[in-house]
Amino acid sequence: MAGIGGAETTAKKTRWGILNAVVVIYALFPVLWIVSLSFKSKATLADGNFIPRSWTFDNYSEIFKTTEFVRALANSIGIALIATAVAVVFGTMAAYAIARLDFPGKSLLVGVSLLIAMFPQVSLVSPLFEIERSLGLFDTWPGLILPYITFALPLAIYTLSAFFREIPWELEKAAKMDGATPGQAFRRVIAPLAAPGVFTTAILVFIFCWNDFLFAISLTSTEKSRTVPVALSFFTGSSQFEDPTGSIAAAAVVITIPIILFVLFFQRRIVAGLTSGAVKG
Amino acid sequence: MSQTTTERAGGAVKAAEPKKKAVLSEGKKAERKLGLLLVAPAAIIMVAVTAWPIIYSVYLSLQRYDLKFPDKQEFVGLDNYVTVLSSPYWWNAVWVTVVMTVVSVVIELVLGMALALIMHRTLVGRGIVRTSTLIPYGIVTVVAAFSWRYAWTPGTGYLSELLGGEPVLTEKIPALAVVILAEVWKTTPFMALLLMAGLALVPDDLLKAAALDGATGWQRFTKVILPLMKPAILVALLFRTLDAFRIFDNLFVLTGGSQGTSSVSMLTYNNLIKGLNLGIGSTMSVLIFIAVAIIAFVFIKLFGTAAPGSDDGGKR
Repeated sequence: MAGIGGAETTAKKTRWGILNAVVVIYALFPVLWIVSLSFKSKATLADGNFIPRSWTFDNYSEIFKTTEFVRALANSIGIALIATAVAVVFGTMAAYAIARLDFPGKSLLVGVSLLIAMFPQVSLVSPLFEIERSLGLFDTWPGLILPYITFALPLAIYTLSAFFREIPWELEKAAKMDGATPGQAFRRVIAPLAAPGVFTTAILVFIFCWNDFLFAISLTSTEKSRTVPVALSFFTGSSQFEDPTGSIAAAAVVITIPIILFVLFFQRRIVAGLTSGAVKG
Repeated sequence: MSQTTTERAGGAVKAAEPKKKAVLSEGKKAERKLGLLLVAPAAIIMVAVTAWPIIYSVYLSLQRYDLKFPDKQEFVGLDNYVTVLSSPYWWNAVWVTVVMTVVSVVIELVLGMALALIMHRTLVGRGIVRTSTLIPYGIVTVVAAFSWRYAWTPGTGYLSELLGGEPVLTEKIPALAVVILAEVWKTTPFMALLLMAGLALVPDDLLKAAALDGATGWQRFTKVILPLMKPAILVALLFRTLDAFRIFDNLFVLTGGSQGTSSVSMLTYNNLIKGLNLGIGSTMSVLIFIAVAIIAFVFIKLFGTAAPGSDDGGKR
């Protein structure tokens, strides 16, 4: 009897193993393909082979020699980091107020964030283009940071207020009873409990800013503030007649690295963050 | 700390009752003030960067305003709307957008549900599966789009070989199919994660009881799991529908909107940035805004309590 049960679980495990393998291949195939392209030498670039026949780092060393890419990478990192920092600070403040305090206009704020989460971003492109041109924000870092913060805030507020609701706030009172000052109670008790939620939110917001293409292509016009996704779509190769495929692939892999690192190290947190704000039956 | 002391003193002495109330409302006032102060920056930015521009775009949409001829700006009433709404390009874009949205969301729902069940129930390698499915979610859309483009380009790509080297991206229907495939690949994991959160809410005991009563796997899925997951499914559908409606990055890289594959977003972008026609661009912006508002409204009306807006009311 036990033997049959054992055989059954082995069969089950194999079935699950196959299913899982299908899922993993589905998820990774396009990524592996662009990685493979980025390592192909110029001669084998167009051979259509999934695995490079000859490996080379030329594509990488070449893109890092162009200001076009290096500048865009600096822009991408700077803009995404600043937007993330601001959105997380403001989002934390607002989410704390929503989770813990009673004040007029609370449901209005929740409603507005929901509306912005559903807002068609392309509807903002035309007016922002004109407004930013007249304010001198067009093709500058703040010109991109502002819309990123705006669309990151609903995400931050939802995720964070879901996290904050789970924190046992009585601990703060208990710490004060034990003689901690409010500052100490916050630093020693509440901050360590809230930190994982804030960190998770920062990752999600960063991914959003890192990913954006529509605002970045509409609200910039030069290398000054172009981010990598946009620069990619303008790559022409080092000479006019050169095919940019290798460069594009290498640049694409470079901006995928942070995402892969996040996913590898913080898989649990990202899953928790994505699902916490969205579904509470 | 001092407030607690005062409260306690008030509780002990009956005569001090009214004073306690005054103190409490003082505390309430401070709480309200703090609350408003804390949400102010977020609220101001969100409204300033969305409400004001959308109002401004209504104003712009009533102007003839072409940046190539900036001196000819004038009020033209609803002329721009007439131009856009009678343009075959616009209606083609609407059609393309609707078809891509419906097809991709339906496929995503089915695949996402399968993926959610796999991630929720798998016996082995749960971590690996979850980690790898997060990659399509996190990856920059433009990067994925380039990967697909090169995969389908005859010569360069491995996928086009499978179809006998046909240049699929240069014909309308196959090109749209490739765009849908790219969209589905990218967003199914997100759909699956939302659905998985819903799956976690289905009690195991209920499934066991159903199994004991002789329900088959399929019956358990349709009669027990699906009804309990309805709120999660609707939230996922609403967000994905609105998102698919805004499709831009994949189209831009894969087809550039050629061969009549423009979505409404793509058309707006082309009129604005390539055509520099702010009047027409703004008109399209306003029309898209209205369309999205109608979709959101219909979803929330149709599904009532299951919609996210009211869901939050239930939480508090």
